[in-house]
Amino acid sequence: MSALTGSAGIAVRPLRLDEEGLPFPEDIASSGTAGGNAAEVEARMGIVIVGHVDHGKSTIIGRLLADTGSLPEGKLEQIKDLCARTAKPFEYAFLLDALKDERAQGITIDAARVFFRTPKRRYLILDAPGHVEFLKNMVTGAARAEAALLVLDAGEGIQENTRRHAYLLSMLGVRQIAVVVNKMDLVGSRQEDFDAFARDLGGFLGSIGLEPAAIIPVIGREGDNLATRSATMSWYTGPTVLEVLDAFRSQGEAVDGPFRMPVQAVFKFTNDGDDRRIVAGTIDSGRLRVGDEVVFHPSGKRTRVKSLEAFNRVAPSVVGAGESAGFTLAQQIYVQRGELATLAHEPQPVTATRIRTSIFWLGTRPLEVGRNYTLKLGTARVSVHLEHIERVLDASTLDAVTDRTAVLRNEVAECVLKLRQPIAFDRATDIAATSRFVLVDNFNISGGGVVREALATAPTRAAGSATRVALRAGVLWLTGPKGAGKSALARWIAAHADASGAKVELLDDDTLGELFPASGARGDVALRVRRIAWLASRLEAHGAAVVVAVDSPDDDVRRAARDQAANFVEIHLHASPDVLAQRIGAAESPPYEAPVQPELALDTGRLTLEESGAQVLAWLDEWSSQS
Amino acid sequence: MSTTTLAAPPSRASRIDHLDALEHRSVHLLREAYASFPQLAMLWSIGKDSTVLLWLARKAFFGHVPMPLVHIDTSYKIPEMIQYRDRLAAEWRLTVIYGQNEEALAAKQTFPDGNVDRLTCCGNLKTEALRRTLSGEGKRYRFDHKLGKYVVDTNREPYTGVIVGARADEEGSRSKERYFSPRSGENNWNIADQPPEFWNQYATEFAPGTHVRIHPLLDWTELDIWEYIERERIPTVALYYDQGKGERYRSLGCWPCTKAVTSDAKNVQEIIVELKSGRFANIAERSGRAQDKDDGGGLESLRRDGYM
Repeated sequence: MSALTGSAGIAVRPLRLDEEGLPFPEDIASSGTAGGNAAEVEARMGIVIVGHVDHGKSTIIGRLLADTGSLPEGKLEQIKDLCARTAKPFEYAFLLDALKDERAQGITIDAARVFFRTPKRRYLILDAPGHVEFLKNMVTGAARAEAALLVLDAGEGIQENTRRHAYLLSMLGVRQIAVVVNKMDLVGSRQEDFDAFARDLGGFLGSIGLEPAAIIPVIGREGDNLATRSATMSWYTGPTVLEVLDAFRSQGEAVDGPFRMPVQAVFKFTNDGDDRRIVAGTIDSGRLRVGDEVVFHPSGKRTRVKSLEAFNRVAPSVVGAGESAGFTLAQQIYVQRGELATLAHEPQPVTATRIRTSIFWLGTRPLEVGRNYTLKLGTARVSVHLEHIERVLDASTLDAVTDRTAVLRNEVAECVLKLRQPIAFDRATDIAATSRFVLVDNFNISGGGVVREALATAPTRAAGSATRVALRAGVLWLTGPKGAGKSALARWIAAHADASGAKVELLDDDTLGELFPASGARGDVALRVRRIAWLASRLEAHGAAVVVAVDSPDDDVRRAARDQAANFVEIHLHASPDVLAQRIGAAESPPYEAPVQPELALDTGRLTLEESGAQVLAWLDEWSSQS
Repeated sequence: MSTTTLAAPPSRASRIDHLDALEHRSVHLLREAYASFPQLAMLWSIGKDSTVLLWLARKAFFGHVPMPLVHIDTSYKIPEMIQYRDRLAAEWRLTVIYGQNEEALAAKQTFPDGNVDRLTCCGNLKTEALRRTLSGEGKRYRFDHKLGKYVVDTNREPYTGVIVGARADEEGSRSKERYFSPRSGENNWNIADQPPEFWNQYATEFAPGTHVRIHPLLDWTELDIWEYIERERIPTVALYYDQGKGERYRSLGCWPCTKAVTSDAKNVQEIIVELKSGRFANIAERSGRAQDKDDGGGLESLRRDGYM
């Protein structure tokens, strides 16, 4: 069994190693270091080590592994042997080179995982590459970390990626950081130099909202102030790197905040007579109990929790942040993936279609004003339009530029996004998890960001001023319960289409007549809607603007219609039950599933036909001008 | 090592928290995969890892397994593995699909036939068989629950999402994996240019002709797997346990290339004790798998070409 290399006051004695090749903490503890017994050993903490290329990250990691006795037996000797055979000077950094690729290029290319252990807890190091080329890998590592070490070279000082990485740590939400000033021997290990350096650095970090737990002078190659206190820098009285790591807190899940759960799916598996309809998702914050009143956003639907569900365990009485949950509802309301579940009596999220954001861009193609992207926030996925770049921050110099129309790779910017459909979110200062989003460009996650605030919808033109609008080829699908006024609005739209646009085809019960008979049975209605959807998509393919106004009560059938069409605009007409009852002359409407994210929703109980029509025209006008 | 030096296991409460955290993350990933890929499949090697994965699917989908389980049958699997596969398929009402490289088997282009080396054999019977089964070019056989046997599956649609039980701690190259890892049409994995992955957002969009591998077990260790099997009472194939001969399998594969390790662990608890005792600490989990040793880069070159 391996003997420890004898640092940090850890006695040299054989240790038992676990499957990760790590000694058991209770062994280290019982061998005479301060603190820690088996019962207090914490779960694994993920840490990330970031900094400019060649400032010594891999050396520091290699040295930490060796000095904590976290290397498998013979590993150190094996690498030393290999170096001797290939006539290369031995470096601790080689310990990490798990891949042939890395050895060939001499730079860390990805957030590799390495484990080590102190008496206090186990650590998972997410080694983040320092080369700017691999910033997306650094982001991948850092986003999973609970704490970070920012490494810089005392000889070179604050370099491009020092600033960039520090800024990204702040944006990604890594709050616990320590700074490691490496290669102190190259500047004579002098206190005056270090103090001046630490002042500069503290000022810079403070300016981007980071407060380091410590700034530590280190000689990575020799292990000074990593696991053992430095003899040559006895003037330094602060914590060593291991001490500062052990002092970081494991960040528990945010169970005390307001309840937030992005809906991943609503499951209904009918095999073996299972009739449960289960809303499933992972809880970002807060707690949920049976009987709680939940509200789904942006639809605003609400009901109570009937049961919490689980497989192969007793159904829990409460579920909280960090847990993958499932629950059934007291009333059969229609919700689907993309909505955000909250509790009625707690602070509610914001719903908006225009937002101010901070974005970091990783894509090779720039982020450009006027182009469309897919935004994913929680489980919601919407098409967005980059309306305006307020300022671009050069992440390496932190200089702001205000007159740009594109954000380049590795830049950070404040941007205004216009969303096709409303989404629900929290502001970054309220609940971080539900403020975070990514932008997808051409199948790739190309940037990340946080929502700063909701903005008022930009005034396009005064409502009612549009008398006519040129329609483009597409399917305008009007949906709503019986009596909502679909047919009347469809005819109004058709009558106000400008002749300069696409030809208009109106598909409603009158025009379809007996060719598409409408009967009462739900299955027949679905079949009829499918036929109409197919017809509409064919007409659209030949350049028509198709206005559809028929009963289409099933959301999944309408979604299939959406998938068939190239341009699908769903307009949801709704009104209160009283209004509907009065219009159809019956107490109860037939069953109807409202769409979750229609392009436009209109309350026809409150709006006149003219007002509803004007809103549709204004929306269509803007839509046509965007693409 | 004498048993008297064995320390008490870590406190029960903290261990449960650790396994719970792993379970919740895996369940989240499985549900994301299910929501994102209409043509989704899960690879089931019959080993402990992919069986834990199967169990986690039952957790994620409340007792159901809504996607097919794809098994690559090299025809050299240890017979107990196939019996166990079909027993669970029937008991848990699973949609099990298997595929194989029938041409290579017919032409005897295999290591046991003495015609190719171990790595080429893996390439033929696993990598190529997997590629063709996933793409639909190769025949798929589906377990018919009414007939109680396998029939040719009519669905030849390519799978666009493939769930795999790889763990980051298994060997070097796996430590570089993403949870959602896009692959080209030829199954290739470009390690140097992987998409960023952060904030529970994954590469769920994919260009035509490509697919995405999903790795819900990436954060699990071998010990986590066994402790979870114990906690959940997950049925495992008996080959993992010493049947009285003083040896057991630690990793399962084809019989010509997989050796048992010396061990008298007869059940899950004894395996956990054995793993914690450190007697395997310096012996890789896959040390019984001969093909690894024939490849200088560990499994990396096999993995680039699509091997699990």
